[in-house]
Amino acid sequence: MSTNNPLELIDEMPTPTHGANAPTSKRLSRRQLVVRRFLRNKTAVLGLLVLVVMALLAVFGPLISAWDYRDVDRTAFLSEPDSRHPFGTTQSGVDMFALTLRGLSKSLVIGLAVAVISTGIAAVVGAFAAYFGGWFERIALWVIDLLLVVPSFLIIAIMMSADRSGTNQSGFDRFVSAAPQWIVLVVLLALFGWMLAARVVRSLSLSVKEREYVQAARFMGIPAPVIIVRHILPNISSLLIIDATLNVAAAILAETSLSFFGFGVKPPDTSLGVLLGVGARQATTFPWLFVPPAVTVVLLILAVNAVGDGLRDALDPTSGSGGRV
Amino acid sequence: MTTATTSAGRRRTGAGDVVLSVRDLHVTFPSEAGDVRAVRGLDFDLRAGETMAIVGESGSGKSVTSLAVMGLHPASAQITGSVRLHGEEILDRDDAAMSKLRGKAMSMVFQDPLSALTPVYTVGDQIVEAIQLHRPMPAAQAWKEAVELLDLVGIPNPQARVRSFPHEFSGGMRQRAMIAMAIANDPDVIIADEPTTALDVTIQAQVLEVLKRAQRETGAAVIMITHDLGVVAGMADRVTVMYAGRPVEQGSVDDIYYRPQMPYTIGLLGSVPRLDAAERQPLATVEGNPPSVVNLPPGCPFAPRCPLAEEQCWTTEPALVEHSGSLARRVTAGPDSEAATVAGHAAACHLADRVVRDGLRYTDIFPVAEHAWSALEQVPREQRQPVLQISGLKRHYPLMKGAVLRRRVGTVYAVDGIDLEVREGETLGLVGESGCGKSTTLMEVLNFLPPTDGTITVLGKNPAALRGRARKELRRDLQIVFQDPMASLDPRMTVFDLIAEPLKAHGWSKADTAARVEELMATVGLDPSHVNRYPGQFSGGQRQRIGIARALALKPKLLVLDEPVSALDVSIQAGVINLLDQLKAELGLSYLFVAHDLAVIRHIADRVAVMYLGSIVEHGDVDQVYDNPRHPYTQALLSAIPIPDPETERTRERILLRGELPSPADPPSGCKFRTRCPRKLALPESDQERCVTEPPPLLPVGTDHTSACHFNDTDRHVDVVA
Amino acid sequence: MGRFILRRLLNYAVLLFVAISLTYLLAASQLNPRSLWELANPPIPAETIESSLRSKNLSDEVPLLQRYWTWLTGVLLHWDWGEAPRTGDVGPEIARRIGVSIRLITIGSLGGIALGVLVGAWTATKQYKISDRTITFLALAIFSVPVFVLISVVQVLATNFNDATGWRLFEFVGETGSVGDYPGAVLVDRIQHLALPTLVLVLANAAFFSRIQRNLMLDALGSDFVRTARAKGLPRRRAVMKHALRTSLIPTGTYFAFSVATLFLGSTFVEVLFSFHGMGEYAITSIQGQDVHGAVAVAAFGGVCVLVGATLSDFMVAALDPRVRVS
Repeated sequence: MSTNNPLELIDEMPTPTHGANAPTSKRLSRRQLVVRRFLRNKTAVLGLLVLVVMALLAVFGPLISAWDYRDVDRTAFLSEPDSRHPFGTTQSGVDMFALTLRGLSKSLVIGLAVAVISTGIAAVVGAFAAYFGGWFERIALWVIDLLLVVPSFLIIAIMMSADRSGTNQSGFDRFVSAAPQWIVLVVLLALFGWMLAARVVRSLSLSVKEREYVQAARFMGIPAPVIIVRHILPNISSLLIIDATLNVAAAILAETSLSFFGFGVKPPDTSLGVLLGVGARQATTFPWLFVPPAVTVVLLILAVNAVGDGLRDALDPTSGSGGRV
Repeated sequence: MTTATTSAGRRRTGAGDVVLSVRDLHVTFPSEAGDVRAVRGLDFDLRAGETMAIVGESGSGKSVTSLAVMGLHPASAQITGSVRLHGEEILDRDDAAMSKLRGKAMSMVFQDPLSALTPVYTVGDQIVEAIQLHRPMPAAQAWKEAVELLDLVGIPNPQARVRSFPHEFSGGMRQRAMIAMAIANDPDVIIADEPTTALDVTIQAQVLEVLKRAQRETGAAVIMITHDLGVVAGMADRVTVMYAGRPVEQGSVDDIYYRPQMPYTIGLLGSVPRLDAAERQPLATVEGNPPSVVNLPPGCPFAPRCPLAEEQCWTTEPALVEHSGSLARRVTAGPDSEAATVAGHAAACHLADRVVRDGLRYTDIFPVAEHAWSALEQVPREQRQPVLQISGLKRHYPLMKGAVLRRRVGTVYAVDGIDLEVREGETLGLVGESGCGKSTTLMEVLNFLPPTDGTITVLGKNPAALRGRARKELRRDLQIVFQDPMASLDPRMTVFDLIAEPLKAHGWSKADTAARVEELMATVGLDPSHVNRYPGQFSGGQRQRIGIARALALKPKLLVLDEPVSALDVSIQAGVINLLDQLKAELGLSYLFVAHDLAVIRHIADRVAVMYLGSIVEHGDVDQVYDNPRHPYTQALLSAIPIPDPETERTRERILLRGELPSPADPPSGCKFRTRCPRKLALPESDQERCVTEPPPLLPVGTDHTSACHFNDTDRHVDVVA
Repeated sequence: MGRFILRRLLNYAVLLFVAISLTYLLAASQLNPRSLWELANPPIPAETIESSLRSKNLSDEVPLLQRYWTWLTGVLLHWDWGEAPRTGDVGPEIARRIGVSIRLITIGSLGGIALGVLVGAWTATKQYKISDRTITFLALAIFSVPVFVLISVVQVLATNFNDATGWRLFEFVGETGSVGDYPGAVLVDRIQHLALPTLVLVLANAAFFSRIQRNLMLDALGSDFVRTARAKGLPRRRAVMKHALRTSLIPTGTYFAFSVATLFLGSTFVEVLFSFHGMGEYAITSIQGQDVHGAVAVAAFGGVCVLVGATLSDFMVAALDPRVRVS
């Protein structure tokens, strides 16, 4: 309920229909409405544009860059931006532009992967807990509480800082070190990123479960997993889409924070967080080490958040910041 | 702008003078799909002390009108026309000026009393706020007045309850508190927007009584906005019928009910099942549904649903004019016209003259369905097989309390030992107010889980004992139709997928499924070519037909119907009721029909069981129970239901019940109804003792009629004040 | 009643026990204190390292479960949270650091939250006006800036300010510095050091809470009871302030209680980058210093904070919302 949607004031407004006798009127499908509402939100549209440009840069940027992020220009150590190196170079003579592009693509990939996985876990755990209730629900809720009590930042930092190159490797160590570092990071971030969303999914699923069409399906004798996949999850898809989007921003933020302290992506690979970790300490003296990754990361997160806000307004007109009519 | 004159002048209007005058009111909202023309030209005069009802179905613009008069629409709404209070234009006043009128000269009672009261302030705080806003006075005096107001609207123990929070009040009490707030400053106009729609009938009767008393005390004029034609018949002096944002008929309550001229009004009145109809009264079927007020086509908005519609109905929208004589006289001529009078009886219909001349009734205009007799009904009941047997059924829930420290504090006796039986080809109506346990009973039947106590037998089998295949097969024979067709159909699935879902789950082949879906669409009266549409593209009545088609897909023997028509508009209800009646005869179905609307049950059921607080208080053949109710609760329930007949309503004597439904967690000892029983009060002390100590069993009072009262033969009762 | 409180406390105790134990097992198996000495120059004999590690219960040659048992009995019986590989006992260190954190975050977080709530409520009433759009976008922007970037920007700006004025108004490092000898110098010095971190905390908290409060307020603005309040004659503004704001503060209360309790570890970046030796910084230094016992103690502290926050927010709701008060 919000005053900005007068349609809701007419509490019993019939939906325009194509019913047999009803006059044919222009009826917008839900998808059209969502798109229209989204497009009306200028901030969100701008965010989407920025995001698309950044994604294109991350994918095709290396083609337009003269340098690879692994190349070392022995003629230019720590040089200011110039025509050869538009963003300058690092202490070891690596092109900042190439590094920023590489960092951007790494951060984007990590953000997207974490968002998809953690929202997926949240959807499955939350919906199943709500539908089955009983012991399954209790255990799920307890695990959620447990993971919330454990400081995730600390755990991920411990896991990522462990030295696994030693001689007395355990099976677990070998298993972990078999995968690239950043994939371990993705798994860890996803593992600690789904709990709050799962709670929301659960409470929404509880109300969807009480809806009559879910009960109808149950009384028809349709098996539970089918009901969850066919009736419950699609009806909370708005939440899942919004959650996944905002999770992208949260994951990028988490990745950069961890990498800033050296607990995330490790050299020689790079990410925006790694670059910022180096750059921030020299922001006053060598600003070109700091400004490109800082601007990139702020733009990236801002764009994702703007898209997320826009999606929420468009998908869920009852949310507080509802779309303008 | 000064409002001093208005607020200073108490009762500047004598009885019978016009207090509020609305001319050519238009309200338009911008929306995604285009402009929503919610009100399109409304005129009326409201006289002091009079009650005018605005009647209409969903989207007719009746609630929008009330908010426009109060000046409570958001700025985005475009409102034109004229609203005069005591002859002064108020439509152009700003918020500050309107604030001085609201709550003083005119006040409002909203539909949902739970969300309409601020949850974090006590009821007293909110009434005192209303008092002090318009009449500055010391807090102690304002609180004293608040207590008096609560007493006036019939809140027991007002001294203590004034400190309660809204959530500590029941629905009926909240609505009383709302009324207390509305009359706090002795207003000239009270607008009541569906004030009893959210309430049960016995509570509705109480609240309507309070509203009448409030009107007597204040002498205010009342605008009653409702869709319930029964309520209107009992409350209103004059009636405005709205359709698609326009008034389509206006007149005295007798004119509208006994001499309706507009086919829509006629159809509306003809489609309401009536409690006082002894025989199975044929119901008018008004096809289609109200149009959307976005992008209205030209012509009369009712034309697509009107069997009389002619060429001109499709092209020009008729004006609201009098049709009593041969000469049609325009009733209203614009805001300043002295000739403007709405006292007469006017209808907006090109064909009204013909309706008046030929004396057309709803049976002449609309298709009516006669009761369909099934072959099974010829067989005596005893020889038919039982399809559902419930014996000694109990369902108790733990009562949890507290958000911070959630814990069990007691037991809810939702269903507390009931026996029911449904035989082949018959309809058993299960009626009662909310919280009586009727829905719990229904869920127990459907859940296939062991109840707290007692047994449920479906087609000779105990569902709780079945596993796997046998369980699934029994599911096939028992299907449900839900209350809200929008909620019971997944909006993301096409009609084909919806109806095919149970077929797929039970392993039908693709080809058989397609054929069956087509067949079902035809059976319930839908166009089979519409199978690829989504439920959102159908009207309410059509959606309910989809729900019925889905329930019928597996050829069940017993259909459980959970308030299947209560979410539908009146004009659409009748079509669905007629369809259910016809399907029962054709397919030999049995129905367990749960409803709170006793009139609908009377129309469709063969036998009826009345529930109160988890128990059955009266049970038997529908005509015997309705014509000769023996239990005091049934008697009160039947008398509380408003009948859409002004004459009957005026002469009717109502048995009002005291208080509210006790909590099912703490039911009274002995007879559960004794705390509210008007009959008990008429009994000698010695007999009253029995009500307290001994729970009454169901005792026979007729051939197929039992009633759970120790004093079934006593016909006295003591009236209580609402 | 007592039984229910007891049950809840018991559940919390179990949660904490499991969480802390898991953290210990993880930290003890993943961190490697031995590496601190192995690369020392001149090399330290292996036996010396081993005996030193054993005395601190940090040797990876001792079976993990045995180390866990030793550590657990120490904690439970003597409230001894163990020793850091180099800097001594963990317990007193934590106690000292909690004080630092409290001094750092109190003003910043409370001020930021209050500011955020006010701004959010105000912008909601101005929905779609220029002021609302500007502030909402600003809040989104600040909310999107990683804290360490925000800190760097603030530090650069402050440096420029100091350089431009030639006056060391803003201090960057630690809680205190060189104190002058004029009256009140101690206080001035503290304020100089606290100004920038507080600014960062205010900005971050205000951005977060203004977003929450704006949405809650918009929900409340559209509710029926605000309409009722206006119908009885309250002008729009007063109806909003008295009825909508009060009601929309209920969920904010829960966020507030929760975030206050979790701020201790949440202000890691502020502590590290402004060299405040608080709990947040300890989380980082303990891991970087392969300090198993320190890391576990920080985790335990964090877990307690979360549970205290959850309890606080429950009480907050009970205090603000009459609907959940136990009658």
